[in-house]
Amino acid sequence: MRRMLLHMAWLCSCLAATAQETFPVNGVADKRNNTIAFTGATVVKDAQTTLQNATLLVKDGKIIALGTQVAIPADAQVVDCKQKFIYPSLVDIYSDYGIAGPQRSQAAFDFRAPAQLTSNVKGAYGWNQALKSEVDAFKLFSSDEAKAKSLRDIGFGTVATHQRDGIVRGTGTVVTLQGGKENKAILKERATHHLSFNKGTSTQSYPSSLMGSIALLRQTYLDAAWYKSNPSAEGVNITLASFNQNQSLPQIFDVQDRGVDLWNVMRADRIGDEFGVQYILKATGKEYQRMKEVAGTKAPLIVTLNFPTAMDVEDPNDARLVSLADMKHWEMAPFNPAMIEKAGIPFCLTTSDLRDARSFWTNLRKAMEYGLSEKAALEALTKTPATLLGVYDQVGSLEVGKMANLLITNGPLFSEKTQILHNWVQGEKFVVRDDIWSSAAGTYALQIQHANGTSETLTLDVKSNSSATLVGKDTLNSRFTFDGKQVKIQFGPAARRRGPAMGGAQMPLPANAAKLSGYANDAQSWQGTGLDSNAQFFTWTAKLTKAADVASDSAQAKKTTPPTMGAVMYPFTAYGWEAAPAQQNFLIKNATVWTSEANAVLENTDVLVKSGKISAIGKNLNDAAATVVDGTGKYLTAGIIDEHSHIASASTNEGGQSVTSEVRMQDNLDPDDINIYRQLSGGVTTSHILHGSANTIGGQTQLIKLRWGGNDQDIMFKNWDPFIKFALGENVKRTSSTSGNNRFPDTRMGVEQVLVDAFTRAKEYEAAMKEADANNKKKGATPMVVRRDLELDALVEIMNQKRFITCHSYVQSEILATMRVAERFGFRINTFTHILEGYKVAKEMKEHGANASTFSDWWAYKVEVTDAIPYNATLMNKMGLNVAINSDDAEMARRLNQEAAKAVKYGGMSEVDAWKMVTINPAKMLHVDDRVGSIKVGKDADLVLWNTNPLSIYAMPEKTFVDGILYFDREKDKAMRSTIQAERKRLIQKMVGEKREGRPVSFPMPSYKYIHTCLDHGHKLGMLEIEAEEDHDHEHIESSNK
Amino acid sequence: MKRIWLTCLTLAMMLGATKAQDNVYPAPAAKAPILIKGGTVHVGNGTVLENADVLVEKGKIVQVGANIQAPSGATVVAAAGKKVYPGLILPASTLGLQEISGVRGSNDFSEIGEINPSVRSIVAYNAESKIINTLRTNGILLAHVAPQGSFVGGQSSVVQLDAWTWEDAAYSMDMGMHIYMPSLLSRPTGRFAALFASMMPAPTDPTKQALDKLEALKQFFRDAKTYFAQTGKKETNLKLEAARPLFEKKQKLYLHANQVKQMLLAVDFAKEFGFDVVIIGGSESWQIAHLLKENNIGVILSQMHNLPTLDDDHIDQPYKTPAMLQKAGVLFCINDDDPQNRGRNMPFNAGTAAAYGLTKEEALTAITLSAAKLLGIDQKTGSIEVGKDANIVISQGDILDMRSSVITDAFIQGRKIEINDKHIQLFERYKHRFQVK
Repeated sequence: MRRMLLHMAWLCSCLAATAQETFPVNGVADKRNNTIAFTGATVVKDAQTTLQNATLLVKDGKIIALGTQVAIPADAQVVDCKQKFIYPSLVDIYSDYGIAGPQRSQAAFDFRAPAQLTSNVKGAYGWNQALKSEVDAFKLFSSDEAKAKSLRDIGFGTVATHQRDGIVRGTGTVVTLQGGKENKAILKERATHHLSFNKGTSTQSYPSSLMGSIALLRQTYLDAAWYKSNPSAEGVNITLASFNQNQSLPQIFDVQDRGVDLWNVMRADRIGDEFGVQYILKATGKEYQRMKEVAGTKAPLIVTLNFPTAMDVEDPNDARLVSLADMKHWEMAPFNPAMIEKAGIPFCLTTSDLRDARSFWTNLRKAMEYGLSEKAALEALTKTPATLLGVYDQVGSLEVGKMANLLITNGPLFSEKTQILHNWVQGEKFVVRDDIWSSAAGTYALQIQHANGTSETLTLDVKSNSSATLVGKDTLNSRFTFDGKQVKIQFGPAARRRGPAMGGAQMPLPANAAKLSGYANDAQSWQGTGLDSNAQFFTWTAKLTKAADVASDSAQAKKTTPPTMGAVMYPFTAYGWEAAPAQQNFLIKNATVWTSEANAVLENTDVLVKSGKISAIGKNLNDAAATVVDGTGKYLTAGIIDEHSHIASASTNEGGQSVTSEVRMQDNLDPDDINIYRQLSGGVTTSHILHGSANTIGGQTQLIKLRWGGNDQDIMFKNWDPFIKFALGENVKRTSSTSGNNRFPDTRMGVEQVLVDAFTRAKEYEAAMKEADANNKKKGATPMVVRRDLELDALVEIMNQKRFITCHSYVQSEILATMRVAERFGFRINTFTHILEGYKVAKEMKEHGANASTFSDWWAYKVEVTDAIPYNATLMNKMGLNVAINSDDAEMARRLNQEAAKAVKYGGMSEVDAWKMVTINPAKMLHVDDRVGSIKVGKDADLVLWNTNPLSIYAMPEKTFVDGILYFDREKDKAMRSTIQAERKRLIQKMVGEKREGRPVSFPMPSYKYIHTCLDHGHKLGMLEIEAEEDHDHEHIESSNK
Repeated sequence: MKRIWLTCLTLAMMLGATKAQDNVYPAPAAKAPILIKGGTVHVGNGTVLENADVLVEKGKIVQVGANIQAPSGATVVAAAGKKVYPGLILPASTLGLQEISGVRGSNDFSEIGEINPSVRSIVAYNAESKIINTLRTNGILLAHVAPQGSFVGGQSSVVQLDAWTWEDAAYSMDMGMHIYMPSLLSRPTGRFAALFASMMPAPTDPTKQALDKLEALKQFFRDAKTYFAQTGKKETNLKLEAARPLFEKKQKLYLHANQVKQMLLAVDFAKEFGFDVVIIGGSESWQIAHLLKENNIGVILSQMHNLPTLDDDHIDQPYKTPAMLQKAGVLFCINDDDPQNRGRNMPFNAGTAAAYGLTKEEALTAITLSAAKLLGIDQKTGSIEVGKDANIVISQGDILDMRSSVITDAFIQGRKIEINDKHIQLFERYKHRFQVK
């Protein structure tokens, strides 16, 4: 039975699989015995165990025996699997198979559209439309044969599926891909619980940002815990109840929805850490760029096989606009699975990001060519997902008792030439390729019986199912195909050339070529009919005379040398480090030192930097261990501190509500922003990353140091007083909304009320918390539970001088009103930022105790800045306020020295005072003047060496140090530039090479940058910049311009 | 151009109109000659004359040199220890067309429609704009006022910044035609779409769309040509009619473009129609400096105070672009098109260019004489040379450096104008409130 052909009654098989006790039969019942014996196969039970020449016995969809000594029951149908391999069918942990879920693109908070402040969902659900914990995928599941087939054809038998919609998405279910009746396909009803950062189809305004999504999740964990106490005020909340119920399930977090941002992996994991949950993370494909941090999450990963294709960069103008990071990611993405394996991270592979399921094997083999081992690949597609889903007792390996989900292949699964022939799911056969199940190879005697009674015998030498040689007296010019059942042969006169193989380069057949067709009736004989060259009918038979030698299957695929992995840069962008600069001791000699202290300017002075601190200032200092930097003719200053910045963050505005004190910039820092490096080149060393000005009480801010190359935790300024952003005026009342504003407030009257209301609530919350604390300490008291509210927590901190305000403000009325509210609640506004009319109320601000952080000369971009004057800083300074000059703009931050210098021009401020406005003054208003902001022994060695007077337009930093680390060096920058050019050249040539070799290339897409701003004013955007929060507006303008 | 604050409530606009007024009167014509004495004269063409005098009569510069005798009755302006410059020229702006960018009612710089060649900026120029005096305070005495638009924006004029009405202000009327080049870059659609670019199908080829659009424009000019050649009675076509000065070389064609492909296509208009083509924007012009030079195309460069285009670019790229154009011999000038400070930092943008490779005099030329050339007014102004209008600024120190630039005197066509603006007046007002000096 060498070439056994399988024929099963399809219909019967389907009926058998779907017959269920409770379902009435319309007709005559047709239950059948369904014991199947797969014999003679190489059975790969799992990544560890392979059995040769084994028998696998299946009954009622389950494996009942497996081994080399299995007796075949008499009632079993035998499937001869000699020379075949049997594997467990693959498992995809991350799918939306069978779940209809319209995915609408998420709308950002739009300054101009009306807000939807409450949920539109009817019923006893939670407050936010993006929380859908009550959704159960198994209730929505509906088999989808077309999709099931596409997945079966590439080897999958089981998937975990869920509705990909919302920040909390409810439960996922595990189903097989038998494509028939759902009742039997579902293996586990509630298998997983799903979370994401993307609010999906929710039309509710909140959250409108990444940090808002994070805050909503954190609050939801707290609310759910509180809900367990059955708070009467809440009544029934299905969303929270389901959220609690779902906590026992594996928690899968899709980090990738809002864009391919690697840091989302770490951001999601931190939420889990806070609430004692280890998520399984649906990763980004860029993990190789920060392997250490990713491994640190200890999370199992769901890894994409979607690798970018090369771009068509033959046009130099197109090539010019594709960034090094994008090209390098193209080159390195296929290393990602191998790197994850190497890091020892448990992981699953998924098809979910592939536009075309058929690219799965191409990409998987590519990942293996790039170092992913067969064992890891198999586990990532079987055991690991099955184990994570809690269904390894049913699927994921071939063992007695498990489901008969198995693949039959004609070779080792991962070999390039191997084809999947069958994919059996729950004991049901699904044919992928039957035509090559059996090879027809061998020598046949082909006998033609002509109608006139004559016959002739030819020799048919079959090489493969599409290639054979037909020999009569001579080798004939012929064609041959065999699809496992049907045989077709055509032949004409003898080939003139000797031995042209059929299927190869062939002479055309004449129109009157003899045509034969027939069927294989068993493995050794074919018969059929034909027409000869005279159109006379004949019959024919072919009998196997000699089987082909079994070619030793080259199971060991050709071992090509794996591609070598290039260097990873930190960050993964141009100007990133391959090796980060280290802390050194430096002795800067003979510079003009502007200290920003009382001693102001020290000529011909040395500054010694040791262990990241300023260790000595004086003349003729010596330290043999220090690297000497000649400062002759140069100026040394403290690093610039920018009080108002929006760089290095993944989102800036949570505008979904008027009070969002629960959101935190620290949750979405982006340490890879090139503006960190650019600003180092302008002498900035510390930046205060603020929430935007979309609402009255914005989010919590984050002070960072520009430690270029560090991760999102490294860049944080350690041990600082936390701050929060407030905003007043036109932005918070949504003046630019064309469709009107429906979010309170709409006037400055309302802005004041938002503040009064928020702090009133906070005060009562604080009292309730204290009362509950006191009560709960009493023995025997009925416990009091107060709902923990992250929004009010931040406000309580403000009232207790534990958190400080920087308040976006313009006109005098709102400045006064805000100070009075603060005074009423017993605190002070630490800083008014922008504060363009500060000069009008400088006296009142001074009395209140506020600091002022302003622009030098911006004005006239909206009504509230029509009285902005460039003399503002000077006049406030004259009035004794602590004044800083800030940027609020990634470009301007590169030349804050010039912005400070404008105070010299406008109003005649002294140069010493002007310089303080970008160094010690902002340090004071940020409460970090004990560590930064001036050149003083013991302070952090955050220093800038300038070529000339730093207030001059001609000044440029030559070296910028943070913590005694030389992060920017003009000489080094030059060297980096040539490296970048060389690397770009190499990658462009490599991409062009792909095209030349005929591989697919994609349309060249310029490397656009989404930039985050406060939305306060019209940032002048570069050619490749898109303002993230206002994307829609820009598109609107652009389309109306077309 | 990204214009963000297009829209606002009418109420807000009315509030804007009632804000504090400045009271600066345009100066009457000078009755007597003026002798500016003993300053360091930066001519604008690269020359510097130490301890030199400039004599002005009837609004013109009549003598420049050492030891000029004051004619009888002349007003003598002592400039010893100071620097004397040609009046600075803001080479492309919406000055007088846009008061408060966030207030729709105060915006008159962009008309509806794709092809608006007959639209003229000068008729909407608000000579009373509060922005104007803040520019003079920094030495800017002339400005090129251009309409914006989606394709053919209309005609621009050069104004002098000391006038009662737009007719008074007009310095060179309807001297330019403005075309905003269509983008040849593909752009992702939808929020964060760029991040998924590799997963999305190829967008429609933007190059082809842009080429079609430009072809339509060329057809417009071809039609204009045949329209002019038509004899006998014909229907008036205002749009075609508006193209006449371009063919007669009375106007330059200003193409607003940053992308290399846009600039390469701009050459078509010089080749086929013989127009005087000037690029406005030109952030990528450094890449094709030699081609621009070869084709005799000048560039009005967007401000230096911009970020590099790509992460991979040299951090100093916008700063050093002028030096690269200078080296290649391209005629260029420097603009300040910042939406937040409205042009007054132009000299400091030039200063930045000087820090990154231009000489100070080259940087000065880039905001005076070269600007005048690119605006077609160099016969009248742009340098301190005999025969030109007396558009002169005197500064206490280097005008390119905010650390030293304090304008003490300024003359437009020989009229000594007042150095005062709304900002100075508000400064004074609140110094008065607090009784501080």
